[in-house]
Amino acid sequence: MLFRPTSPAPTAQASLRGHTLDVLGLGVRYGAFTALDDVDLSVRAGEVLALLGPSGCGKTTLLRTVAGFVRQNAGRVLIDGTAIDDLPPNRRRVGIVFQNYALFPHMSVAENVAYGLKARGEAKPRIAARVAELLEMVQLGPMRDRRPAQLSGGQQQRVALARALAIEPSILLLDEPFAALDRSLRLDMQIEIKRLQRQLGLTAILVTHDQDEAMSVADRIAVMRRGRIEQLGTPVELYDRPRTLFVAGFIGTTNRLPCLMEGAAEGMAAIRLPDGTALRVPAEAPPPPGPALLTVRPEQLVLRDEGAPGAFPVELGLALPLGGQVIREARLPDGTTLRLTEPRLGPIRDLGARAFCALAPGARPALFPNPLSEED
Amino acid sequence: MGVAIAAAPAPSLGLSAPRSPWALAAPLGLAYAAFFVAPLLMLIAVSFYADERMTRFGLEQWQRFLFDAFHWKVIADTLLLGLKAVAATVVLGFPLALVYRAASPAWQRVLLFIVVMPLLTSVVVRTFAWIVILGREGVVNQLVLGLGLAAEPLRLLQTELGLVISLTQIEMPLLLLPLLSVMSRIDPNLMDASASLGASPWRTLFRVILPLAAPGLAAGCLLVFASATTAFISQSVIGGGRLVYLPAMIWQQAMVAAHWPFAATIAIALLLSVSAVLAVIAHAGRVAGGRVHG
Repeated sequence: MLFRPTSPAPTAQASLRGHTLDVLGLGVRYGAFTALDDVDLSVRAGEVLALLGPSGCGKTTLLRTVAGFVRQNAGRVLIDGTAIDDLPPNRRRVGIVFQNYALFPHMSVAENVAYGLKARGEAKPRIAARVAELLEMVQLGPMRDRRPAQLSGGQQQRVALARALAIEPSILLLDEPFAALDRSLRLDMQIEIKRLQRQLGLTAILVTHDQDEAMSVADRIAVMRRGRIEQLGTPVELYDRPRTLFVAGFIGTTNRLPCLMEGAAEGMAAIRLPDGTALRVPAEAPPPPGPALLTVRPEQLVLRDEGAPGAFPVELGLALPLGGQVIREARLPDGTTLRLTEPRLGPIRDLGARAFCALAPGARPALFPNPLSEED
Repeated sequence: MGVAIAAAPAPSLGLSAPRSPWALAAPLGLAYAAFFVAPLLMLIAVSFYADERMTRFGLEQWQRFLFDAFHWKVIADTLLLGLKAVAATVVLGFPLALVYRAASPAWQRVLLFIVVMPLLTSVVVRTFAWIVILGREGVVNQLVLGLGLAAEPLRLLQTELGLVISLTQIEMPLLLLPLLSVMSRIDPNLMDASASLGASPWRTLFRVILPLAAPGLAAGCLLVFASATTAFISQSVIGGGRLVYLPAMIWQQAMVAAHWPFAATIAIALLLSVSAVLAVIAHAGRVAGGRVHG
C-alpha cells in the first residue's frame, strides 16, 4: 500500500484476476457425523466451480470451511498456494453471497457496500468513489439510500454481490444465491453473475442443489455425496460420462435398465436385457459379469416400428409434444418405465401402441454394477 | 361449516363480528379506568391539599417538597440507584445475551430456564437470601476473610453497594427477557457476513449486534430502572434505615406520619422523575434501533 504507481491505478479487473484455491485432504466432523471426508479440490484462477449435491452432502460445510467459519479436523486450504487455515474469517479476504443475502438491515444500500471498506480503514473519499462504482456496476445507483427491506429479492442479491466484491476478494463464494429468487428472475441473475465474474476474472465457488443452475453457471462441477466429491468435471463430461450411478442419476434425466453383464472385450460390453435382447454397448470400465444397470439418457433411445437386432419391444405411454420434440414414456414387458425424446418428424405414435426401442446410433450409455445390495 | 350449523341459533355473544376491536378491550379498559386512572387522579388531587387533615386546597405540600434540598438529594439518590442497577445488569447481562445468541437451541432453553428461575421465587425471599449472603458472617465475607483479601469483614448490608449487588440479581431477568428475545432473532449470517467483509469481532459487536439488539436492550433497561427505583422491599431490607429513597419516604409519610397530602406529593414526584428518565432511555433505544424497525 506504500507504493502507488504513477500510471492510472490498477482497475478492479486487474487486481481480482488470477487467484487459485486448493483444498487438500479436508476433513470436518461434527461429533459422530462426518461432514467432509478427505476432500481434495483445485479451483483454477478465473473459473466458476459448482459444488452440487443433495442437502447434507457437505457442500455448504466445504464453503464455510473455505470462508473460515468452520474449523477443519484435517487437511488444508490454500489460496494462491498459501495456507490460510490459521487466518480468522476477517483476514481471509474471501467474499460471500449468502442464500438469504444477510444484508445489514439497519444500514442503507450504500452503507452495506461500504461496510468492508470501512472495516479495512480505507479513506473516506476512496470509499465513496468505490461504492458509487460498485453500485453503478450492479445498476443500483438510484437505490443507494434505501434500506434492504425496501428492495426486491433481485435487488437485494445485487447489493449482496456488490458488498462482497467491494473488498476485492480473492475468491467469491456463492451459497445457493439463486434459491430465494423466483424462476424468471433466477435466470437473469445467473446471467448477471456470470457476466460480472467473466468481466472481473473472478474465481468463484457456487454451492447449489439445482443441477440446471450448476450446468448453466459453472465451468466445472463437483458432484458431492456423503462428504466426498463423487465426480469432478465439466458439465458435458458429467452428463456424457458419469463415473458413478449417483452422478448419472443426479445430473440430467436418466433411464435405468436392469440387465445382465455377460462379458467385455475391446471396450465393448455384451449385456442381456430381462426379455432376452442382447445388446453391445461401449464401456471403458465394464463392471464384472453379473447383474448390472444400464443408464440411458432419453435422447439416446430411438423408436422403431419393426424389430431388429438390439431392439426390444415396448408399449408406448403418454406423449408430451414440446414443439419440435416429443417426450415419450414407454414400458418394457417387465414393467420398467422409460422416458425418451424423439424429434417430431412424422405423426405422433398412439398411446398403447407396440413399438421397438433401440439405442441411437453412436449413443454411449453408461454401465454400472447393479447396486441393489448396497444402494441406500 | 356455515351449512352444517345453519339451523343453530346465531351466536348471541356478538363475537362473530365485533364492530370494533375497542369492544374487546373494554373490560380491561374499564378496570384500568376504575383502578388506575381514577386513583391516580385522586392522588394528584390529594397532593394539592394544604394541610394533613385535608380541609383546604393549597400549594403548601409542593412548596415544602420542592424548596428542601434534602428532597432533591433523595430524588437524585433514587434515580442514581436505578441507573447503577441498570449499568450493573447491562454489564453482566449483555455478555450472557451474547453467549445465548451463539448457543445451540438446547443450551438456549437451559439458559432461558436459569434466567427465568429467579422470577419463580418471591422478591421477599430473594431479598432475605441476600442478607444471608452479604451479612457479616455471610458467604461473601467468609470468602474474603478466608482468602485473606481483607482483615475485617466487609460492610455490605445497609450500604448502597450491597443494595446494587442484590438489585442486580433481582432485576436481571427483567433485563434479559426482552434482550434475549431480540438477540435470538438476529440472523447469525450477519455475523459471518461482517467477518467475511474484514470486520474484527469488536467491530461486529458495535456495528451489527449492538444496533440490532438496541430495542431489546432499551426495553430491558426500562424495566430494570422502573423496578429498581421503586423496589421498596429491597431498598428497606438491604439498604436499611440509613439509606433513604423516595418509596421509603412515601411509606413513612403515609403510614407512620399519616400525612397523606405530603405522601401523595412525593409519590407524584417519584412518578415524574422516573418517567423522565424512562423517556430518555426509550428515546435512546428508538434512535439506535429505529433505523432498523422504523
